[in-house]
Formats: sequence, C-alpha cells, structure tokens
Amino acid sequence: MVAAFDEMKGHDGDVRPVYGELSRWLKEVPADVLDYRRREAELLFRRIGITFAVYGEADAQERLIPFDVIPRIMSGAEWRFLEKGLVQRVKALNLFIKDIYGARDILRAGVVPDDLVFRNPAFRPEMSGHSVPHDIYVHVAGIDIVRVDADTFYVLEDNARTPSGVSYMLENREIMMRLFPELFARHRIAPVENYPDELLATLKSVAPAPSGRDPTVVLLTPGVFNSAYYEHSFLADKLGVELVEGRDLFVKDEFVYMRTTQGPRQVDVIYRRIDDDFIDPLTFRPDSALGVAGLMSAYQSGNVTMANAVGTGIADDKAVYSFMPAIVKFYLGEEPLLKNVPTWRCREPEHLAYVLEHLHELVVKEVHGSGGYGMLIGPTASKIAIEQFRAKLKTAPKNFIAQPTLALSTCPTCVQQGVAPRHVDLRPFVLTGRDRTRIVPGGLTRVALKEGSLVVNSSQGGGTKDTWVLDG
Amino acid sequence: MLSRTADNLYWLSRYVERAEYLARILDATQRLTALPLAYVGASNEWETAVATAGCATAFFKTYDEANEENVTDFLAFSTANSSSIRNCFELARSNARSVRTALTTEMWDAINGTWLELKRYGNGSASREEFSRFLRWVQESSLRYDGSAYRTMLRNDAYWFSRLGVFLERADNTARILDVKYHLLLPDNERVGGPLDYFQWSSILRSVSALTAYHWVYRDSLKPWLVADLLILNEQMPRSLASCYVSLVEHLDNIAGAYGRQGPAQRQARGIRARLQNSRMDGIFQRGLHEFIGEFITENNDLGAAITQQFLI
Repeated sequence: MVAAFDEMKGHDGDVRPVYGELSRWLKEVPADVLDYRRREAELLFRRIGITFAVYGEADAQERLIPFDVIPRIMSGAEWRFLEKGLVQRVKALNLFIKDIYGARDILRAGVVPDDLVFRNPAFRPEMSGHSVPHDIYVHVAGIDIVRVDADTFYVLEDNARTPSGVSYMLENREIMMRLFPELFARHRIAPVENYPDELLATLKSVAPAPSGRDPTVVLLTPGVFNSAYYEHSFLADKLGVELVEGRDLFVKDEFVYMRTTQGPRQVDVIYRRIDDDFIDPLTFRPDSALGVAGLMSAYQSGNVTMANAVGTGIADDKAVYSFMPAIVKFYLGEEPLLKNVPTWRCREPEHLAYVLEHLHELVVKEVHGSGGYGMLIGPTASKIAIEQFRAKLKTAPKNFIAQPTLALSTCPTCVQQGVAPRHVDLRPFVLTGRDRTRIVPGGLTRVALKEGSLVVNSSQGGGTKDTWVLDG
Repeated sequence: MLSRTADNLYWLSRYVERAEYLARILDATQRLTALPLAYVGASNEWETAVATAGCATAFFKTYDEANEENVTDFLAFSTANSSSIRNCFELARSNARSVRTALTTEMWDAINGTWLELKRYGNGSASREEFSRFLRWVQESSLRYDGSAYRTMLRNDAYWFSRLGVFLERADNTARILDVKYHLLLPDNERVGGPLDYFQWSSILRSVSALTAYHWVYRDSLKPWLVADLLILNEQMPRSLASCYVSLVEHLDNIAGAYGRQGPAQRQARGIRARLQNSRMDGIFQRGLHEFIGEFITENNDLGAAITQQFLI
C-alpha cells in the first residue's frame, strides 16, 4: 500500500497552498495552548451535547463523539468540482428511484438486474405506481466521499434514507468560531450556518399542490430514546418547526393532522427521521408504536410529502451502489464526475472467485450494512477472521461486495503525542427541492482517531472535524 | 403548539410545585413533632402529614405505622409512592427531556441539575440535620426552576401552560392542608392563647410559608379565622386559593386571547374566581368550612380535567 495522500502535505511533504496559513499557525501556537483549547472544545461540546441529549446518563461520555480542533480545509476549486459531481449524482439517484417505482426503464434496458431491485429488502412495493409530490424522492442526501490523491475523489457510499450528522457539522463550526477567532480572521471561510434555512426552504418547496397557505412542516422523530434524538431536537429548534412523535399526528379523510392546543392542524411536509419500517403500522410493521396509522394512504393520495420519500433505502444498498456509474450514464447521458470505488459484486461468480482469492487485500462489506459494522478489512484482519469471513461469503455471496483497500487521505489531527496525520472522509449534505439543489459548502469530516485505522464511523472510535471551504 | 408539548410543560411545573409542597409539609411536621407533647397534644402529626399529602391509602398499603421514619421515607424518597419528592423530580425531568426545545436553557439546567443532585441524596438521610438540608434543597430547587421559568420564558402559550400547572397544583395543595386541618380553624375551637392550637396554626402557616406574611397582613396574634382568611380569600397571599385563581384566570385569558377562542376551562376558572371574590369568611363558616373546602378540591380537579380536555389531548 502506498503512503496516503495528506490533505496538508500532499504526497511529497510540501505544504499545499490551501493549508499555508494553518500550517504557519500550527508552528506558531505552543503545544500547551493547543492542548488547552482542545480540552476547552471538549468541555463546550460536552456541555452543548449534554444540554440537548444525554446529560447525566451513565453512558453520556461514551455517546459524545470526539471532536478534533484542527480543521480540514478544501480550496474553492476543489469544492466546486465536488459540488458539480454531487449535484449530478443526486439528480441521477432521484431519477433512478422514480424509475424503479414507475416505468422501470432501467430494468428493461438491462442496466441494473431485476432481482437486485425486487428482492431487495429496502424495496417498497407499496410505492410502485404511486408518484410523489414534484417527483422528488431524495430531499436530503448524505454522500460519503473519500480522497486518495490531489485530484481523485471517490464516493464511498450514498445515504438516501435518513442521513444524520449535520448537527455536528453546524456545532463544530460554532465551537471553532468561539475558540479560534484569530484563525477565522486569517482565512476566508464559506459559512455553513445557513443550512437550517436551506433545509426549510427545500422542505417547503416540496409541499403537495399549493393550498395558498404557508406549508406546515414537522420533524418526525422516534422519540427521546433514539440515539439521534439530540440531532432531531437540535434541527427542529433551528428550523422552527414542531418536533413531533407518531402519537402527535393522526390521519383523517386521507389528510395528516397534528394535535395542537388550538385543535387539529393540517401537516403538509413531514421531515421524517423514522425508518420506513416504522412509519405506518397499517402498512409496514404492525407492532410499530412510533408511526402514524394511515399515513401511507394519505401519502399515496398525494396529500402529504415525506422527506425523504418511502423506499429510498434501495439506493443505500452497496450492490446498487456498484451500478451508480451506469445509472448516471443511463439517465443523464453524462460521464459521472465523481468516481465509484471499484467494486466486486460477490453475487457474480467471477467476482466472487476473485474476491475469495484476494481476501487479504480487500475490504469486504455487507450490502445492507452500515455504521462500519460487519465488514472485513483484509490487510489488517487476522487469519482466523479472514477464514471466518470466507465461510460467510461462500454461504451467502449475494450479501457482500468487496473493494480494494483505499489509502484514504490523512489530515493533521491532535493526538496524545501532539499533531499527527489521521485518515478522514467527508459527508456533504445535498438538499433537493422543487426549485433547485442546495449544498452548503463543506460537510461533516469524520476522522479515524486510531493510528492507521481506516474506519471513521463514530461507533468504531471515529471523531469529527470542522470542514472549511476557502474562498477563491 | 403541540398538545403533547403543552401537556409536558404543564405537568413539569405541577410536579416541581408538588415536590416543594411535600418538602414544606415534612418541614412543618418535623418542627411540630420536635415540640414537647404539652404544646401540640397527642395527635399523630406524621399521620396528618400523610393525609395532607393526599396519599394515606397508598401509605397504609406499605406501612402499618405512621412514624417519622416511615413517613419521611414514603413522602421523600420512596419509589413506590408515585408522588414522592423523588418521583416528582424524576417525572418533572422526564417531561422536561421530551420537550427540551420548548424550555429555555436556564429551565433545563435547573431541572436537570436538580435531578442529577437528587442522586447524591441516595435513598434517605442518615440524620435529621441532613434531612433538613435535603428539604431546604428541595424548596430551593423549586424556586430556581420557577424563577428561571419566570425570568427567561417568552410570554406565549408555552409559558401560560406551564403557569397553569403551577397554580392548579398550588391551589390543590393549599386546599388539602385546609381539608385536613379545618377543625383547628373553626371559630368554636377558639381558645385564644392556648398553646396547643397556637403551634398547630403556626405550623399550617409555615407549610405554606406564610407565617411572616400573616403578621404583616393582620398585625395581630394568630387567630384561626384570620389564618383561614389568609389561605382562602386573601389575594395578596401567593398561596391562597383566591390568589391562585386570579393567576389561573389571567393565564387562561391570555391563552384565549392568543387563540381567539374561549372554552369551558376559561368559564369554569372565572366561575370559581368569582365565587372566591364574593365570599366572606363568616359566610363560609356558616355554610361549613369543611364542605366549602371539599367542594373547592372537586372543582379545582374539574378545572384540571377541563384544561386537559380543551388543550392537552
């Protein structure tokens, strides 16, 4: 494996221009000051995180995601390239989902195999033949991107279901501005604080047919026991919309209402942070107490918008992911700007044979997996783990894909011994409304805090960084 | 606003108010039982405390005897008693948590801080001294919560619903003290200067923190009918029934104004307030103090039900 590309020093060790100011600053600032600020940041973060979510609970400390004070920086040119690629990809995703619940041209053309769609647990037959308001399915997408050299970015996965993490993007910036005003004075950094406004505009734009009044938007949460409840309440607060639970809503004559102190109030747009499975006990899991009985029928009647639409989880599937370059070409007639990581689909015999022979150098993932669980990283796995995985692969090859182990770029990060490079990825959030696509510059940078680790997921010891897109 | 949010705010305030009230009862009872028997008589004040807290039935399911140890445990720390101080704070905090965004930071800090500190008091207190400290802490926590709500909340329906909880609960608490101790306040019980009743009266006043207020208002030694007047009809006294209803009507009117609609809750509250404003103590004594209090408790509960019906579900 070649040495990883460093965001600050590239491959050759010369500081890249975009990091010039930060690199000078890092040299100026005494180690103890940096350490002091680091601890101050942690305290602030804990207090804010605490205030919203889990303060006082036994596992409060474990549930806070570590925050690193050294920002990850991108130039305006880099960002503009990414932005174009993101818009293109999400556009294709929307068309793909519309197609598989509608005309199914892509299946007929043989670009994506039928069974990958129809036998997929995330496929919702209930959505077939129904259109959604303004034909938009993925209103909020989180596209995970990794970088391997100065010019090469790969999409690692598409999150079209209910991507989370945007509250960290906003709070990381808030805390950085509080702690390092001098750094902000020395850079021209594109703001991200307008994200809630952009989200609200997006949600309002996709309300069902205009009724003349300002559309009522709500955020539907599973409730306080959900691990992302903090983000739900944070966003509802910033959006200025009601944070509702299933029991606050009811359906009457195919319209959705919320129970308010002034009587029932019609709801037009539901930004839902509940999985499809739980959204309506009459349609999906009958044991779900989190959803709203009859919501799906109101939805199918076109009287309410759900963001994201039901059934978008199909795009999160890693086998579907492997077809994304073809999907982009099929719908847009363009070459995809953002590359896919080369992927072997174990469902195909030749691919499986290759994967089984090269397990020690590949990353193997479950197609429906997320959060960094249930994956094998060949180069660092023990012989026993590899053999166990080989057995799993042979029993159910369809459940897996494999990719080369990428040398994710690294970024200077505060660690115990001082400042050292750690691997990072990036999750920008793409908002698709009726009028246009909105992306605030940057996103959530996740960092693998363990030396050499490539797994950035917070459940596996990952942290986060503020992400700066510089002007010009 | 969401009915659930209003409901949570309303109950959050009720539970905090109830915790404070329990602390006051325990404090007053502790003082009373510390006096020599000759000053207070042979009545079992601990049993009275349980009755005043309105949980005698539940208490005697768990315990045979109402003594200091059992009663303080039951009213302050018991997890079996749904209305113990501990449970009140637990419930207040869980209500607060599910409407985190409807609270100001200060309110959340107050209620969450209280809940965290509660753990430090464990399952009871080793000494009386420590228990007194605990009771003071409960009252201070309630003041802190109440003060932060008063000083930091926007004056909109969220604030008004949280205030409704405070005053409905407070009216209920004051009425319960009167219900249990009414016999001490009857004029024919008058034996001015008798030490026995003097300490009972001062204990009643203490449990609504009105001992000093009494002297300021009446500039007189303790007279039972004046004690009753202060707790029932005096609008200057923040824990009197009349004062609670002035506030209840005010906040219900605010809600009606903002929503552009009146309902049964507004009418009921105004009816009760008018009755209190038009009553005089001698009239109440004539018709029967106990009956008056009993009716009030029922009507106050009915108002609670009407508020729930009209706004909270």
